[in-house]
Amino acid sequence: MFGKLSLESIPYHEPIIMVVAAFMAIGGIALLGALTYYRKWSWLWNEWFTSVDHKKLGIMYFIVALVMLLRGFSDAIMMRTQQAMAAGGAAGYLPPEHYDQIFTAHGVIMIFFVAMPMVIGLMNLVVPLQIGARDVAFPFLNNLSFWLFAVAAILVNISLVVGEFAKTGWLAYAPLSGIEFSPGVGVDYWIWALQISGIGTTLTGINFFVTILKMRTKGMTMFRMPIFTWTSLCANVLIIASFPILTATIALLTLDRYLGMHFFTNDFGGNMMMYVNLIWAWGHPEVYILILPAFGVFSEVISTFARKRLFGYMTMVWATIAITLLSFIVWLHHFFTMGAGANVNAFFGIMTMIIAIPTGVKVFNWLFTMFRGSLELTSPVLWTLGFIITFTLGGMTGVMLAVPAANFVLHNSLFVIAHFHNVIIGGVVFGMMAGLTFWFPKAFGFTLSEKWGKRSFWCWFIGFYVAFMPLYVLAFFGAVRRMQSYANPEWQPWMILAWVGAVIIMMGIACTVIQFWVSIRDRKLNADVTGDPWDGRTLEWSTSSPAPFYNFARLPEVGDIDSFWSQKERSNEELEEAPYTDIHMPRNTVAGPVISFFALIIGFALVWHIWWLAGVGAIGVFVSFMARVFNDDIDYYVSAEEVERIERAHQQRVKNSDPYKPSAEVEGREGKQRYVEVNA
Amino acid sequence: MATDTLHHEGSVVHHEHHDATETKLFGFWVYLMSDLVIFGSLFATYAVLMKGTAGGPTAAEIFELPFVLVETFLLLFSSFTFGMGVLAMNAERLGQVKAWLAITFVLGAAFVGMEIYEFQHLIHEGYGPDKSAFLSSFFTLVGTHGLHVTFGLIWILVMLIQLSTKGLNDMTRPRILCLSLFWHFLDIVWICVFSFVYLMGVL
Repeated sequence: MFGKLSLESIPYHEPIIMVVAAFMAIGGIALLGALTYYRKWSWLWNEWFTSVDHKKLGIMYFIVALVMLLRGFSDAIMMRTQQAMAAGGAAGYLPPEHYDQIFTAHGVIMIFFVAMPMVIGLMNLVVPLQIGARDVAFPFLNNLSFWLFAVAAILVNISLVVGEFAKTGWLAYAPLSGIEFSPGVGVDYWIWALQISGIGTTLTGINFFVTILKMRTKGMTMFRMPIFTWTSLCANVLIIASFPILTATIALLTLDRYLGMHFFTNDFGGNMMMYVNLIWAWGHPEVYILILPAFGVFSEVISTFARKRLFGYMTMVWATIAITLLSFIVWLHHFFTMGAGANVNAFFGIMTMIIAIPTGVKVFNWLFTMFRGSLELTSPVLWTLGFIITFTLGGMTGVMLAVPAANFVLHNSLFVIAHFHNVIIGGVVFGMMAGLTFWFPKAFGFTLSEKWGKRSFWCWFIGFYVAFMPLYVLAFFGAVRRMQSYANPEWQPWMILAWVGAVIIMMGIACTVIQFWVSIRDRKLNADVTGDPWDGRTLEWSTSSPAPFYNFARLPEVGDIDSFWSQKERSNEELEEAPYTDIHMPRNTVAGPVISFFALIIGFALVWHIWWLAGVGAIGVFVSFMARVFNDDIDYYVSAEEVERIERAHQQRVKNSDPYKPSAEVEGREGKQRYVEVNA
Repeated sequence: MATDTLHHEGSVVHHEHHDATETKLFGFWVYLMSDLVIFGSLFATYAVLMKGTAGGPTAAEIFELPFVLVETFLLLFSSFTFGMGVLAMNAERLGQVKAWLAITFVLGAAFVGMEIYEFQHLIHEGYGPDKSAFLSSFFTLVGTHGLHVTFGLIWILVMLIQLSTKGLNDMTRPRILCLSLFWHFLDIVWICVFSFVYLMGVL
């Protein structure tokens, strides 16, 4: 009846898990109780869960990502604590089978359920606004993508209390992840969580690719697109081309585990290196899916706060395209030791080093944009400066790893761990924090506290170096990755130092939490009335904050790179006379959350081999999808009068806030001035 | 589903569905390309594992080319009938569209039926997908294609219902066009399966 699921599956004997579960339960009950008490359920369902508005979906992606960041970071600090304790044969406080689940969960959560939703959330929030569109090409699919991702995150969290998570490392290398060596349900949780969220990601990739190519406003040619839109476009190309490989690879592993096939087994002709090749043919493009949009964020931030057009727009675009192409021909550097031979290794080593060239071009572009600009040291700029230093260092250790001969020594050591945290924290995390601070007012209508933003930056920046530089050192002493305990007591001081670094990073996360608290409390003081708090350059700053649900009352026309900036320079000739027109908008839909709910049921049922329940889930997906297909009432028109009412109200607010504004440009400066005073 | 404004001059007369056929078709093309990457991964896996017979049968021992050739012609012919259906749609002949789709459905169903028979026969002979890496990759590649055709068949049924209830309109037309792309795409993938798996396996 319940497959492999029984009451034994709940780990009562693990006090740590039970305490965490109790906290999750108390937090969950408190949240549900509050929603019921304040009668917010229908608001939540109607305004958010069923929304097809790309801005709201972007916000929801970020909320889930920040919650999962807390989970992923808890795993990190637990590992650091274990390694700080377990020297010279000491057992520490985590048993090996639990430690193995933690390092696997940490990697999976941080990549798939923190970094990816932050990147995709930012794309959702920003890209349609930057290209002057009213929504994405396929708004329902966008909602569905979000929910598929969200239920996958739920599935990962279920694994904490019901059963176990994979103990295989974040990419579940075969044959360790095969049924013979991992007979438990941990790998199955991994499989179904990634399969469900991966399908959502593929749909997102298609959606944004079509949006960017087909829905740009009048005059916005490809080479007038903002850099963040360009980097998002390239990231979506990578998603479309690489995520299907992940889908196929996980499907093959599934067949091995569920139907006894022999793709990646030791026997019957299986080839486990095929698994490693396939997973990295997806995995390497994946790291560029994460970093390219972060590069886009830094470009927008640096040109806005240096008050200059980005240096070398064209080289930036071509460097992005070059990285996109090269990212597909370097995957073998993840396993030089496979034994592919000197020529193959040399090819992949050289290709990997070549990627450093377009990346270097970008670094110089950012430096030259700052050069002779009037750079303002706001927190997004601090994140950017921290990124340039940290990412360049991480890139250099990457080039060291790209040398096959050196790689034979360094592979599987803590050097690798230090390297990829060097580029992922220094690149993706810093980029997403910069983007969050930069575009937060566009989403919510008020700016974040600079004071706490800067404190968060300094904690992250210092904490990163204290936490990860010791790992480079330890690697040269011979420390390998994924150790639950180690014999050499001389390593312990370095491990304790790394633990201190993790604590400093924890303070950075706490600063961000306080930053949200303080900023929400002071939202009236920090209000972004004009919609252009930073004196911005691109179209998203030309509409109000938060942007109206239809984004632009009149679709803007573009004649230049940084078109909003040049429009402000031309200023006075206002184009008020054009009348408002009816606006065509998609309706909210229950199909996304309902289909995804049934997908969650399928996933959970398959993890536990409850076949009838999987059938119920499949029928549920089919029926709810058909209900969507047979529903013709999917869109509506906002009347011109309604648009005019909303726009007039916004204009009134702008006038009330400051009656002496002759032009849009001065308006932006003053808004910023007010912002600086408030935060001083 | 596109959300740009109406292009007619300020009037509010036409509040029917927005015509976004071009965007939908382009989006569907992009989806097909991503699906092609799935097939590409499976072909690559087959290429690596085809010699991994582990003492079991080789390709030459179990494939029956005449049988597969009939399957191939069923599918090729169904692409032709679908094409006729699209021509009928362009000529606004609803009855003919439905008739051509029905014929396409029968041909596609016959293809899937033959494939199921072939699989069932192999498993019965003791050559199931759990016998060797070669058989695993063969069943998975061909089965994935068969699964796609099955989804196509369900889609044809849905379209037959929608054509009967709604006729040809802004909602059904792009769906027929997307389905047509999907169907021809599966034909092309099958040609690769036939040449790469069956012909090369036997020759």
